[in-house]
Order: sequence, then structure tokens, then C-alpha cells
Amino acid sequence: MSTMQEKRNIPDRLGTSTARLLGSWEMLLLGVAILIFIANAFASPYFLNAWNLSDATFNFTEKALVAFAMALLIIAGEIDLSVAAIIALASTAMGAAAQAGVGSFGLVMIGIGVGLGCGIVNGTLVSVLRLPSIVVTIGTMSLFRGIAYIVLGDKAYGGYPDSFAYFGQGYVFWVISFEFALFVVFAIGFAILLHATNFGRRIYAIGNNEFAARFSGIRVERIKFILFLLTGLMSGIAAICLTSRLGSTRPSIAQGWELEIVTMVVLGGISILGGSGRIGGVVIAAFVMGLVTFGLGLLNVPGIVMSIFIGLLLIVTITLPILIRQIRQRATA
Amino acid sequence: MSQSAQPEPVTDVPLLEMRGISKSFPGVMALDGVDIALFAGKVTALIGENGAGKSTLVKILTGIYAADAGEILVDGAPVHFANAQDAIDAGVTAIHQETVLFDELSVAENIFLGHAPRTRLGFVDWKAVNARALALLHSLESNIDPRIRLKDLSIAQRHLVAIARALSVDARIVIMDEPTAALSRKEVDDLFQIVQRLKRQGKAILFISHKFDEVYEIADHYAVFRDGRAVGSGELAGVSQDEIVRLMVGRSIAHAFPKAEVRLGETVLSVEAYTHPTEFRNISFALRKGEIFGIYGLVGAGRSEICQSLFGITRPSAGRLVLEGREIAIRSPGDAIGAGIVYVPEERGRHGAVLQLPIYQNISLPSLSRTSRSGFLRAAEEFALARKYAERFDLRAAALSVPVGTLSGGNQQKVVIGKWLATQPKILILDEPTKGIDIGSKAAVHAFISELASEGLSIIMVSSELPEIVGMSDRVMVMREGLSAGIFERDGLNPEALVRAATGNAGIQP
Repeated sequence: MSTMQEKRNIPDRLGTSTARLLGSWEMLLLGVAILIFIANAFASPYFLNAWNLSDATFNFTEKALVAFAMALLIIAGEIDLSVAAIIALASTAMGAAAQAGVGSFGLVMIGIGVGLGCGIVNGTLVSVLRLPSIVVTIGTMSLFRGIAYIVLGDKAYGGYPDSFAYFGQGYVFWVISFEFALFVVFAIGFAILLHATNFGRRIYAIGNNEFAARFSGIRVERIKFILFLLTGLMSGIAAICLTSRLGSTRPSIAQGWELEIVTMVVLGGISILGGSGRIGGVVIAAFVMGLVTFGLGLLNVPGIVMSIFIGLLLIVTITLPILIRQIRQRATA
Repeated sequence: MSQSAQPEPVTDVPLLEMRGISKSFPGVMALDGVDIALFAGKVTALIGENGAGKSTLVKILTGIYAADAGEILVDGAPVHFANAQDAIDAGVTAIHQETVLFDELSVAENIFLGHAPRTRLGFVDWKAVNARALALLHSLESNIDPRIRLKDLSIAQRHLVAIARALSVDARIVIMDEPTAALSRKEVDDLFQIVQRLKRQGKAILFISHKFDEVYEIADHYAVFRDGRAVGSGELAGVSQDEIVRLMVGRSIAHAFPKAEVRLGETVLSVEAYTHPTEFRNISFALRKGEIFGIYGLVGAGRSEICQSLFGITRPSAGRLVLEGREIAIRSPGDAIGAGIVYVPEERGRHGAVLQLPIYQNISLPSLSRTSRSGFLRAAEEFALARKYAERFDLRAAALSVPVGTLSGGNQQKVVIGKWLATQPKILILDEPTKGIDIGSKAAVHAFISELASEGLSIIMVSSELPEIVGMSDRVMVMREGLSAGIFERDGLNPEALVRAATGNAGIQP
């Protein structure tokens, strides 16, 4: 011991950044995405076409917008299962407003406003009243969609202004749709928020150890409230895109999306237990899920089989890391 | 005094004997060749400071740990406890401070949970469960109906159920680990009546307690542990409390601690009549610049609670806080950090550090507003901050980006203290700063605590370890049951006086 008198120099990091990247979940996922892409290309002659590929992105862009915010919430150790119901309520509100003659700008504001309002309800119940988010959002899921059913019954709203169609059907440049452009912008925005700001760092601290985060002076409740607000906002934006794309609103709109969104987040390598994962993984997971559902669609696989597939994907991606950890522990023990 | 009604002849062979028991953990010798004997129909009190090895002994006796060396004899025959069931089969049972019971289950179900008698078909034999529970409760001279739900019982009755549960395994050797810690005087009296009944039934009882009045009231024999060794044992009658206290703490303390003599500056913080609805009352003290102010007391005396209220985790219901001449209110940890008061909690893994995050991110966590620029992280600044404290404390880690959870306890503590020093505090509160840290690292932690004080930082240090308190503190406040039991100056620091104040024997003449 006494011979080690010289100052030990602790390096900042171990190994190179490329080595870390190559061993990551995101790389594995990217490999899967490429395999599915190739499989699709072989399975259907119509797949490798710029317009077809562009159409394929509509399978995931709206869900992915919500998934980005959901990723932050799950990393912080919370969850919002009411997102699809928020989309339904926001869409219903926009439909009612369109009937009353509100213009496109007004409709967008209503969509965003309803999303934020629902986020405030969830955020207040979780961070002010300190209720568990899974229970709160299962409750608000029924509440929000219930309101949509009461308002609409078995009717549907249509008659949106022509200019409103742009958000779900417009193209920014050649085959790049408005929705896809929005997806790229928010992917970058959320990646910066989570990985390059103090706010993002605090989310990881809360998700890994809420007590220690609180003991470090982090305002845990405030951050959770903001995250619910953000998830509500993104659900509102997704509602605008979806309503615009479909051109009508039924109360069953976006039914079951909460599970697909959570699946996308978990598939993206974000631990359902909180504390770890990156936005990059969610982006790749969005492509994987979009390509799979589009590929199955080209092969005329019915929707119910797709939902079975989504369910299996969720179970496998949650169990796989836990199984691997258990096997490793048994190996070292 | 206790004429055994048992047919077996009264002999000098102990019911249970442990000889030369040793147990070590990485860096710590928890037990070093201890002997202890328990006799039928007698209560043996096991006395020692926190960390003296009492809990380790209990765990070996109940089969949770295996001893590294030594042997256990029951009725003079050697036995081997490979697991908890072996200990139960040999007739050893333990009543812990807080036995887990279930409110919604019946008394009988609580007593036999996990080992209920079964019918031939494998179903629970409810008739037998209720009958045996009734018999067991009768033997404890209680008339609780075994079929009623636990939630309908009083606290004292619940305690009886916990004891009945411990005895339901046909125990002959009963370990009571601080059974009175959470009880009122009336409940203690009830418990002692039960102990007397157990004695009459010829059971051997190991009674662990910090409270001398209780020990003298109930015990026939005593055994004192210190630093993992048995330093004294025998019949309690005729042995004074002062002798026991001397055995507990008797050692030279000062030389092992690097406490630097610091000229104390002006008062930095004064706490005036701080009161919490349930945890502490009327606590007042003043902290001076460069001072190490020790807070000593038994577990549950309210020491951590006062510190946590100074850090904004809990709010006091009354009292004033004056920092550098200005009255302040602390409502959250953020307020405390802003005022320059930081807290190194007792539970490092739970409250102190985010074990999964890298070292550098833990150190920068409360200082993010200074390492960042308009809300954006700057990794280079974070690494520089982390490196500064890693070098200062001679941190041993493979890299600054490894998770804190991969470090040893001592190095984790260095990260936690480093994270707080990085906020440039005025007052550092340390709650059990060397708990769970091996002896080598303890000295390093003590050295830098002393160094920080000599640089002008004011330190409040909570500790259950007498040598640490006596060796490091300029002044010591002793707390007992939520109240201050006196503030002792460094000149008059005397371990025996601290123990007396903490255990409530201040009236005993030295």
C-alpha cells in the first residue's frame, strides 16, 4: 500500500465511446430494424417504393410523438395510460368546434389546450395528491374516453375545414410528410431535453432513486407535474395529426394506443422500472413497429393478429432484460 | 429464586452454550472468540454498544449466519445450525423489535402462519390451529380469543401474540432483541410478567436491551460485549451499573482520532426550541464556525429527525432557526441547500446517493445550476468538479463514469460528502458517517471530517458510536426520547457520563 504514494489518476471514462455504442440495446434494435426492412422488401414487391415507404411512416409517427413524452415519464418512474383517451377527448373537442365553424388555427389551439388540460388533471392527482400514477391514469383513461362517448354516442364528427387536412395529409417536401417532419423535430427536441439538460439529468435521478433525488434538493413533484403536462401536450398534438389524417372523429378513435405507445417505449430500451434508456432507442423502436405493422398489412394479415403481435412484443421486451440479468447473476453466484 | 417446576434436575450445565464464536465480514471482525452461556429458567442480559456484535451473535444463534469458528452446545451436546430451520428445530426462537404481524388475519393464523398443523389431506387443520393457539395463549396466562382478528387487539395484546408466535415452535431458548424499544412503561410491565412466566416454564432467555433499569429488573445473569469480544459476564446481583458501563466503554479513545484542535469562531447557526409533533421537543443549541457538534443517543432518540428537519425533509411545528444572525425558514431540501446547510444521511444507498448513476453525475447533482450553462449540461465541468473531490478524498474507483453502487462503502461515502462539499456549504450535517464502513476507511473519513472543520466548516455529527462521538466532537448533545439530556463540553467529555445521560441513569452516583 505504502508504495503507491504517487497520485492515482482516475480516468473520466472507461473504454471508447464507439465500443460502448456497439454493445448497446440501440444497436441491437437497429439490426432488427434492418432485418425487418429486408424481409419486407422480399415479402412484397410494392414495399421498395418511395411513396409506399412514406405511407409506412404514418403507422408510427403519431404514436411516436406521444412515446417521446411517455419515455421521459417512464424513466422518471411514472406512467400515463390515459394518453389514447386524451387523444379521443381532444379529437372530440376539435370535432365539436369544427361543427361550430371554428377555423384550423382555432382547432389546433383546442387540441393542444385539451391535451394540456388533461395533463394538468393527471399531474395534479399524481404530484399534488401523491397518488400512484398507474391507478390515476387508468381512472382518467375511462373518464376522458367516457366524456367522448357521452358527447358523440354512435355519431361521428366530420366536416373539418380543408386547410386542417394539412397536419395529417400534407407534405413538407416530396415524400416527406408534415407528420414525419414533426416526428423528426420532436425526436431531436426530446433527445436534447433528456440527454443534454439539467432537467433530463434530474429525470434520471428521480427514476433511479426518488429519495436520494429529493435529498439532493430536486423538486421531484414539480418535475413529475411537468412530465404529465408534456405527455398531455404531445397527446394533444397527436390528436391533431390523427384527426386531420382521418378527417373524422369517432369516440373509439385511437383505441388501445396506450399499449402500443408503452410497447414502443419499452422496446426502445427504456426500463419499465424507470431510471434508464435513451430517446434514440425509442426512435428506432418506432421504425421497427411501423415496419412490422406495415409489412403485415401488405401481406393482408388481419388487425387482430397484429394486436397479438404487439402484445407478444411487449411481454418479450420486458422479460428479456430481466431474464438476461437473472442468468448473469446465476453465472456469477 | 426461581424454583423450576420442571422434572429435570437443577444442574450447572447450561441449556445453551456458545464457545469461541468468531465471525468476520470484509474489513470487520464482528465477533472475536466470544463465549456465552444461557441457563434454564434464567434471564441473561446481553449488553453492549451499537456495533459491539450483539446482532451478529443473535443471527448466528438463529441460524442466519454461520460462525467462522467456535461451537454451539445445546444440553452439552454440540449442534450445527446450517439454516434458520435448524435453529428452530433445536428450540431457539427470537422475538424481534418489530415482529411482522397481519392485521386482517386471526390471532391463531398469525401465530401459526407458515407452520400451521395440517390434516392428512394437506389442508390447514383449523381445529388444531385454534386449539393449539388457545393452549399457547393460556400458558402465557392470557385469555385472548384466538379467532378474533389481530386489528381488534391492543398494542400490548399484539405483543403477546408476537411472543406466542415465537413460542409456537416449541422453543426452549428465547432471544428477545430490544423487545421494549417501542413500548410504554405499562407495556413493559406486562412484558416482564410474561418473561417471568417463561422463566417458570424453564426457558432460557437472552435479553438484549440498552436500558439499565430494565436489565436490573429482569435479568439474573449478564454478558457485556465490546468490539466483538465478551469482556465480562456473571451473576448480575452485586454488580453495579457503573461497573457495567465501564465494561461497555472501557478503552482509551482519544488517540485513535485525528481531531485537530480548532479555534472556534462566531456562532453560525442557532436552533431555538425546535419541536416536532412526534419526534423531538424543545431542542436548542448553537453551532460555531469550525465546530464539530456531536449528537449522541440511542436509536430512536430523535437524533436523525432533528437533522432531517434542519435539512427541510420534515417540518418542525415550533421553534426558530437563526443562521448568521438572520432568522430563516427551511421548508424543503432546496431551501436548506440554498442556505448552505447540507445533510449526509445515514442510509447511503437509499437517501445519500443514486447508486445506479455514475460518480460524476452524483457529485454534480445538487450543483447542476453551476456546472451547466442556461440549463444545458456541460460534461467537462461536471468531470472537473468530480475530479476535484475524488482527488481530495483519494477516491478509489476505476473511472469517474462508473456507477456509485460499484464502490465500497467508504468510497461511496466519499462521493456523498464530495457532492455536498461541491455546493460550498456552511454547515455539514453527518448522520452516522461511518456506519457500515470498514475500519481502514473509517480513519480516512474521520481525518477529512476533522480537516473540514479546521477549514472553517461547521459540522453536526450524529453517531451511535461512542469512540467516534468522544474522539471527534468539540461538544456533544445527548438526546433521550426526543429531548435534550444535556450538552457536554469537550473538556468534560466522558463516555460513561454520555451513556448515563442517553440511557436515563443520570441520577446514579459515579
